[in-house]
Parts: sequence; structure tokens; C-alpha cells
Amino acid sequence: MVTPATELRRVAGEVTDPEIPVLTIEDLGVLRDVRINGSGRVEVDITPTYSGCPALDVIRADVAQHVRDAGFADVVVNVVLSPAWTTDWMSDAGRRKLQEYGIAPPRPRDDGMRLLQVVVECPVCGSAHTNEIAHFGSTPCQALRRCSGCAEPFQHFKEH
Amino acid sequence: MTAVAADAAAVYALRLADDCLVLSHRLAQWSSRAPTLEEDVALTNVALDLLGQARALYARTAELDGTGRSEDEYAFLRDERDFVNCLLVEQENGDFAVTVVRQLLFSAYQRETWRALGMSTDAQLAAIAARAVKEVNYHLDHATQWTLRLGDGTGESHRRMQSALEELWPYTAELFETDAVTDDVVARRIAADPHEVRAAWDASVAQTLRAATLERPATGWAPTGGRQGLHTECFGYMLAEMQHLHRAHPGARW
Repeated sequence: MVTPATELRRVAGEVTDPEIPVLTIEDLGVLRDVRINGSGRVEVDITPTYSGCPALDVIRADVAQHVRDAGFADVVVNVVLSPAWTTDWMSDAGRRKLQEYGIAPPRPRDDGMRLLQVVVECPVCGSAHTNEIAHFGSTPCQALRRCSGCAEPFQHFKEH
Repeated sequence: MTAVAADAAAVYALRLADDCLVLSHRLAQWSSRAPTLEEDVALTNVALDLLGQARALYARTAELDGTGRSEDEYAFLRDERDFVNCLLVEQENGDFAVTVVRQLLFSAYQRETWRALGMSTDAQLAAIAARAVKEVNYHLDHATQWTLRLGDGTGESHRRMQSALEELWPYTAELFETDAVTDDVVARRIAADPHEVRAAWDASVAQTLRAATLERPATGWAPTGGRQGLHTECFGYMLAEMQHLHRAHPGARW
């Protein structure tokens, strides 16, 4: 049986990132918790990727709307800062979707925060020969790189 | 907890918030004017991080000072004398070297501050700091890369970097000042001891300057007053521009 809390988690988790619309907030690890109390109030916890991420306000409004559309009028969306978000929370599905979208996903890390993969592969041709052009990209979470193989510039979702 | 103690924590949080907001605005002034497109994007990205940090810190300040003021009230409806940011962040952008040196000196200070604050007894400040330190690592790395490139670059870039360093160095003393507010928050383990922050900052900055073939200026004149609301002349002009919209249209919202 699907409990209301499980169903709400699915509903809230379907909200997409307005800046990278192939990713849901569940993929990103931005959705932290969904609770429903005895009186039917729904509380959703989300966490910012970066302190100044302008997508957060949009995500917050979208989550509330999705939950209301699912029939729960009383909804509160909390922004929680601790523990701080990390790209290690991004799901494998999220990493795959990013790659297909043309953005190199963040590289996985072990517990000691060491990268398990040295190179950033080109999401277009798969070449391991890529260089960083700029540390900061079109959104706070991305850097700009270029592939030496196919010469295409691309965005890399920075490990954070 | 006494009323005085609560006030000190609020003032401390406000100092952190004002530092972030003012530097964020200075960096945003580079928008469309940076030397390259990538740099334009980088400086405004850093500005955005700092703005986000400022917003979280103003929200915490409003809880600590008990006024419940909104972020906009802190940013747009206070006068110059009410701002308690350090003088370093309000200095004009100058040429690109001045901006790079300011970023190096301030980001190194902010990194040590956030690292220590991550262990604060104030859980909310600790959470903000743990989030912010990851961002500041990028800011410092960016400033370090430019410092190395320009300091150890051409004769002209080296000259400009050394000159920027001489110009801004005096303002760094204020970052580590102690007063009744810092004494109180350090005693309650809300904040790190400024002396410890200074030691870590000194080591980090000295290493980068050495590698960039830049000379650490001698410590002499040390302007102060920012933490008490006494600012340098350029700050009033910056504030007038930053607050213009809210002053002209009270209560304006996006």
C-alpha cells in the first residue's frame, strides 16, 4: 500500500530544477524530507545547493504547488541548511540524465572526499582529454570546459 | 543568557552579514565590465554566493536581535552609520588588480572565519558557515590563480598587483580587531578567536604572495571604524546607488 507520505515524497520529488530542467529535486538531493502530521499539514524540507542559488525560491514555490495539486492544501516548505548539500547526494539516475543532457556530471568521491575518477569526460564524445576554461559557469554549480577531442565546449557540474 | 550577551551575538552576525552584502555589491559592479566574458561570469557568481550568505545571516540576525526585520530592511533601509562591515570590502573596485587583491585578502579571511564558525555553539550560524565555506574555497582559489598569474606575470601586471597590495594591506588589520563584541562571542564559543584566525590567514596569504613574487607590505597605518559604523568616503556613494530603488519606492518588492 502506498502511504500518503510516500506518495507525497514522490509528488514533491518530481519538481524539476528550473535551471537544469532534466533533473528533479529528488535526483539532485535537494529534497530532504516530507512529513505529514495528524491534522493533515504537510511539511517539506529542501536544502540549497549554493547559498545564493536563485533557483531555490522557484523550487520552493513549485513544491508547494505540487503538494497542493495533490490535494493537500496545508503545506509548509522549510529551507534547511544543515547538513550542507553535497554533489555526493546526486542520484545515479541524475548523473545519467545530466550526461545525456550534455553536462558532465560531478565525479563520485569516497568518504574522505577524494575523487574516485581523475578525468572529466566529454559528455559529447566521451574523450578523457578535456580542459577547464573557466571555474565559474552559467549557474553557480557549473564550470566551463572544452574537449580536446571533439573541440566542443561543455558545462561540468562541479563537485561540491 | 543576559540581554547584553544576546546583543553581542546579534552584532557579530550583522558584521558578518554586512561584509557579505557590501562585497557582493562591489563585485556586481563589475557586471558587463570585467576583462573577459568568463571573468564577468566568475565575479558575478562570487557576488551571488556572497548575497546568498548575506541573506541567511540577516535572517539569523533578525532572530538574535529580536526585531524580526526582513532582509530588505537590513540592506536597503539602514543608513551608512548603521552598517558594520569592515572597510576592506567597501573599497572601490579600482583596476582589476585591486579587485583581485581584495578578493585574495578577504576570501582568505572569510575561509578561516567560516571554518571556525562551522563549530559554533550557535547551531544556525554553524549551518550557514558549513554551507558557505565550500563556496569560499572556490572564491579563494579563483583569487589565488589570478594573483599568481598577474603577480608573476609581466612587469606591468606585477607593478599593478604590488601597488594594489600596498593600497589595500592597511585595511586588513581591522579584520582581526577585538572589542567587547568579539570578546563576548569568543567566550561563548559562538565565534573563533580573531588571533587564531589571523595566524591561519597570515600563513595562507604569505604563501600565495611568495609564490606570486609579491612583497608583503610592512604593517603601519591601520585604518579602523567600520565595525562601529564609521566608513570611508566611497561607501556613502555606493550605498546611495544600492539603496536608490528602495528609497524612491518604499516597500518595493520583486
